[in-house]
Amino acid sequence: MTDKVHNVMIVGVGGQGVLLASEIISDVAMRSGMDVKKSEVHGMSQRGGVVTSHVRIGKKVYSPLIQEGETDFLMAFEQAEGLRAINWMRKDGIAIISRSSMVPAIVTSSKDFTYPDDAVAEIKKKLAKVIAVDADKIAAELGNPRLVNTILIGVLSNCLPFEANIWIETIKSLVKPKLVDINLKALERGRQIKLEAVKA
Amino acid sequence: MKELLSGNEAVARGAVEAGVKVAVAYPGTPSTEILETIAERHRSVYAQWSPNEKVAFEVGIGASLGGGRALVTMKHVGLNVAADPLMTFAYTGVNAGFVVISADDPEMHSSQNEQDNRIFARFAGIPFFEPADSQESKDMLLAGFEVSERFDTPVMLRMTTRISHTKTIVELGEPVKVSERKFVKDPSKYVMVPANAKVRHQVLSQRLVDLQKFSEETEWNRIESNGSPVGIIAGGVAYQHAKEVAPDFDYFKIGFGYPLPIERIRKFVAAHNIVLVVEELEPFYEEQLKIAGIRVEGKKYFGNLGELNPTRVAQGLYDAGLIKNVVHPGIEAEKLFPRPPVLCPGCPHRGAFMALRKLGVAVTGDIGCYTLGMLKPLNALDTCICMGASIGMAIGIEKVNGSAKGTVAVIGDSTFFHSGITGLLDAVYNQSNVTVMILDNGATAMTGGQEHPGTGHTLMGTPANRTDIETLVKALGVKNCRSVDPYDYEATLKAIEEETKNPGPSVIVTHRPCVLMPKRIMDEPFVVDLELCNACSACFRISCPAIAASPQTNERGHPKAVIDETMCTGCMLCAQICPTEAIVLKSKFVAA
Repeated sequence: MTDKVHNVMIVGVGGQGVLLASEIISDVAMRSGMDVKKSEVHGMSQRGGVVTSHVRIGKKVYSPLIQEGETDFLMAFEQAEGLRAINWMRKDGIAIISRSSMVPAIVTSSKDFTYPDDAVAEIKKKLAKVIAVDADKIAAELGNPRLVNTILIGVLSNCLPFEANIWIETIKSLVKPKLVDINLKALERGRQIKLEAVKA
Repeated sequence: MKELLSGNEAVARGAVEAGVKVAVAYPGTPSTEILETIAERHRSVYAQWSPNEKVAFEVGIGASLGGGRALVTMKHVGLNVAADPLMTFAYTGVNAGFVVISADDPEMHSSQNEQDNRIFARFAGIPFFEPADSQESKDMLLAGFEVSERFDTPVMLRMTTRISHTKTIVELGEPVKVSERKFVKDPSKYVMVPANAKVRHQVLSQRLVDLQKFSEETEWNRIESNGSPVGIIAGGVAYQHAKEVAPDFDYFKIGFGYPLPIERIRKFVAAHNIVLVVEELEPFYEEQLKIAGIRVEGKKYFGNLGELNPTRVAQGLYDAGLIKNVVHPGIEAEKLFPRPPVLCPGCPHRGAFMALRKLGVAVTGDIGCYTLGMLKPLNALDTCICMGASIGMAIGIEKVNGSAKGTVAVIGDSTFFHSGITGLLDAVYNQSNVTVMILDNGATAMTGGQEHPGTGHTLMGTPANRTDIETLVKALGVKNCRSVDPYDYEATLKAIEEETKNPGPSVIVTHRPCVLMPKRIMDEPFVVDLELCNACSACFRISCPAIAASPQTNERGHPKAVIDETMCTGCMLCAQICPTEAIVLKSKFVAA
């Protein structure tokens, strides 16, 4: 890995596992001998609001926050939240988007707001490298709807220069014991997703 | 050994390494995880939640005077509550070391204001450290105890959200040896009657002179020289942002922030063509340097509102003509619907707010999850100032309007114990016609479900007395006190209607546990019978995250409702307000 700092942004809705995902990515980076900083705001995270986590990985990392327009990898567990984070992206950055959608009450109860018809399509208009994942479907196949985050981590793991076994060891140490096996399956499903779309 | 720790976890680790005897706090974002981590991982340190920050601070003072190192943690506004003991403890000084953590929240991610508590340290006349990552958070805690004992002063460790909640790599240390101390009677030092306090104020004054000398010498304030004609003075996370965008400038990194090392900075500035102060919120360093006649600028370029980030710092340096390029986002931000935090599916507060909205009364609110009742579409809360303010404010409204029977104060259980009790005592004493709703969900929910005097457990997990809210309310002299189930919409409505007509202060306590903590509550979910749903949208307006728009519409194109069964907790509130009885228990629906 060069001196370049890799900027990873993880977005989603409270309760989707943004914090655990950013924890896993950061821990993998540390186990691989890199400097890492990870920043997010807790407090409101369990109340259905937007949750954003910044993970910065490199030889030496100063600011815990990514500069706007400098995100290399975006991981979105909810597609509209992926679109909301679009201005943080580098134009040649890679976006890994779950096609999940969660429409909040403030939209359903009011005519003032609308939810985008196809957020993934909107993201593709702005970015060349987009991997849209039917993560809800894969999670349902695996038998647990809460695996969207690990599936996307699997996709991201193909983009970062860390060894597969470190991802596996980290998941083993950070996920609740009884959920380790199913999370490893989810990681593997994510790792199988082809990256042709983003190989420029 | 290295670990990836948040600033808060690093402070908790530091408590062990520093030989802290007593750690005490009231939960408050972004400080809460310090004590939680101590209770979870470092049980050699005694840790407790106190009912509020003032009591916590006083317990800490007692521990220090008793001879044990004391750590007291709170969010920035918590220090307002603890300001009274702080201001005079600065006079007496300590016995064993005393460090208070002030976790400030620039940008107000989870707070009602963004006050800069570095000013509080100066106001009280106590030194503070300002860590820039987790390693420094731990190491400065240890240094803080040394300074506290060496200079006989309380010390502040001033953190911010981006330090407390950022994980960085920490090299762990071994516990240090702390000398044994005992409580020593010394009224001239510890009894602050005017005659003694006058002497102690002089001591404080001299102490600040001594601390100023320390500040000039300590390596916590350091110069990083790159041979640049441009100098940056910064501490805390602002230092990291500046290093990020301008790594080649010279830096005066401030770690010990008050008193400032004025003379060293004077030399640093003299040796550079231009020097900027990069600091979040108030121009705390900048003003002191300018008063000392030192030629610096800062706020002119970086502003004093919200938190800094690399983007803002880069823009400021660009505006000052110090860097040539600012990375502008290549992609415009999208204008999208907002997604504010909401009351959880099944939240027992929802029933109270549905009833309050229906009655159209003015609602003075307080600090907690229920503050979210102000958001659309509930729109059921009219004020929020600080912990406990709901009751006093309702009394004030009533004294102006003659009768506040149209006014209801809403306060949570933990907030009531924190600072609602005295407000209610005032309502009784001054015969105020207010109605107070105490929404008891058995937890300090907003900060993550911490224990409090009404839960029956301590932070360390030992069984404790469970203070009964109704008994306490009646003991204060409230004659009309009743409890109601907030999941019973009609009963809640009726209780508020009746109590607002009763003369004198009245209290309605709603009892239902938080659906998240201590254990997740999931009863049988409800479903929408789309045959019966007429798309009236009444259930949308209770703002439940489990209720969404169905693709099916009525004849006018309005969406019918659908319930997400994985989120529904079975609280039944939506079913009670559905005019067509289309919302039914899942098992009953299938049977039909």
